[in-house]
Amino acid sequence: MLYPDTVQRDPLVHKPKFIALTIFLSMLVFAAINLNGTIIGELMRPVIGEPSESGLFGRLSTGLVLGILFAVNIVLIGFLRFRWQVLVVWLELLALFLSFFYSFDLNFEFIRSKLWFMITQGVFTTLYVSAISIVLASIVAIFGAVAKLSSNGFAFAMASFYTSFFRGLPLLMQIYLIYLGLPQLGYVIDAVPAGILALTLCYGAYMTEIFRAGIQSIPKGQWEASRALGVQFGLTMRRVILPQSMPVIIPPTGNQFIAMLKDSSLISVIGVWELMFIARTAGAKEFKHMEMLITAALIYWILSICLELVQTRIERHFRTQSH
Amino acid sequence: MSDPIITMRGVNKWYGKYHALRDVNFSVKQGERIVICGPSGSGKSTLIRTLNWLEAHQEGTITIDDIELHPKMRKIDQVRMEVGMVFQHFNLFPHMSVLENLMFAPIWVRGLSEPEAREIAMTYLERVHIPEHAEKYPGQLSGGQQQRVAIARALCMNPKVMLFDEPTSALDPEMVSEVLDVMTELARDGMTMVCVTHEMGFAKAVADRVIFMDAGEIIEEADPHNFFDAPQNERTKAFLGQILQH
Repeated sequence: MLYPDTVQRDPLVHKPKFIALTIFLSMLVFAAINLNGTIIGELMRPVIGEPSESGLFGRLSTGLVLGILFAVNIVLIGFLRFRWQVLVVWLELLALFLSFFYSFDLNFEFIRSKLWFMITQGVFTTLYVSAISIVLASIVAIFGAVAKLSSNGFAFAMASFYTSFFRGLPLLMQIYLIYLGLPQLGYVIDAVPAGILALTLCYGAYMTEIFRAGIQSIPKGQWEASRALGVQFGLTMRRVILPQSMPVIIPPTGNQFIAMLKDSSLISVIGVWELMFIARTAGAKEFKHMEMLITAALIYWILSICLELVQTRIERHFRTQSH
Repeated sequence: MSDPIITMRGVNKWYGKYHALRDVNFSVKQGERIVICGPSGSGKSTLIRTLNWLEAHQEGTITIDDIELHPKMRKIDQVRMEVGMVFQHFNLFPHMSVLENLMFAPIWVRGLSEPEAREIAMTYLERVHIPEHAEKYPGQLSGGQQQRVAIARALCMNPKVMLFDEPTSALDPEMVSEVLDVMTELARDGMTMVCVTHEMGFAKAVADRVIFMDAGEIIEEADPHNFFDAPQNERTKAFLGQILQH
């Protein structure tokens, strides 16, 4: 929160100076972009004549009209309540993006024909690979965190070497190293296990820090209270410390999962049939790259939105539980 | 009175270069009630925390119920099972209900069944006068109630000794007496107690012996009557003068 002052001033967007400045700046921007070649230029024909020959005058006057429209839009939104402001701006931006995609002259028939396969094969693979990896990464992270907090030099060295290595290398390189490197040692590994292993190790290293912070957030008194009752280390960890660190651990873990969902697209390079791989191969065959990439992009986005909603609920759950 | 259940002989402790306990000797017999007082930083909390080895000492011997505390010992958990501890800041487990707080160690450490542990827990909740809050979480209780739950939690392990580390210093004034009442009742029932506190009324009423510490040393040790009415040491007199003034 920015904790706004209680004094009510006119919103910034209703100040004449600001409106004038908005019109002027957006006029320059729109003039620079030069939209006279589009349908907007056609609409301006009565004023500027032939759009392609209207020159600087045409561009500036188109820019002025669009700038005024833009400023009016901002002023009008300024009158709404917060929730409506958010909704309207979201819808406007969404419409802009969709019209941007639409301007590629996409073949929707082609998208429709591939969509089902992208979901059943691509989304399914993406989801299960990410889900398995996040679970394994959490387990790795618990051990990593305990080792990093340990007073045992061997454990600490192992854990810090591990986190340093896997946080220091690009994920793409780790994927190659595991998929191409392990066979050198005599272990031929399939693409899917290799991908899961790479994601697990990489995210396990990041999540080690999350778990470490979570464990450290529990005051010493909790350890002492448990210890004073004769409870041993492992049980204290499982029953006293970890359950309490969950509200600290879960939110960033959710973020890691969302990030992993997107990073799992990298394992397409070793031929795992996840969403990105399907999008590339399906599009490449018929030179319809844009269709598939945009579809995959939207699917990733929708998945992330869904997961963020789930995460908000989990966060709320943990907040109410811990009073 | 039987053999001492707690003995400290020539105990020294350092935090780095800071000498926290200097050559401490004392012992507690079964059923004795000891009150330890002294200015802040005098080492009284450190002393009580070495008794169940939440803090290690470096020199001398500490023996609890015939088991000596030393770094290589395997049986520290067995010692801690027999030594209940109540902390200044309660240290209840906030994610467990009151009942779960009380049943946790009896089930997992003593190996009791759930119904057994529940019965014991309810018995002690009644002894600290809050059976009606059994299902609540610590965060829903007042400080005084939380501290009474913490006392009950320690009692559920059926300890031979109870240690109290400034149990009333984190409480609002109006809640101090409810905790002290519970502690007084416990003392009447014959519990062996070592209590770090500044509640001199409690010390007068309950203690068999009062120990005054300063700068890591035991300065004076006497029964309450002599301690309050005829303190021997100048530092004791100055301390008592300060806290009894108000």
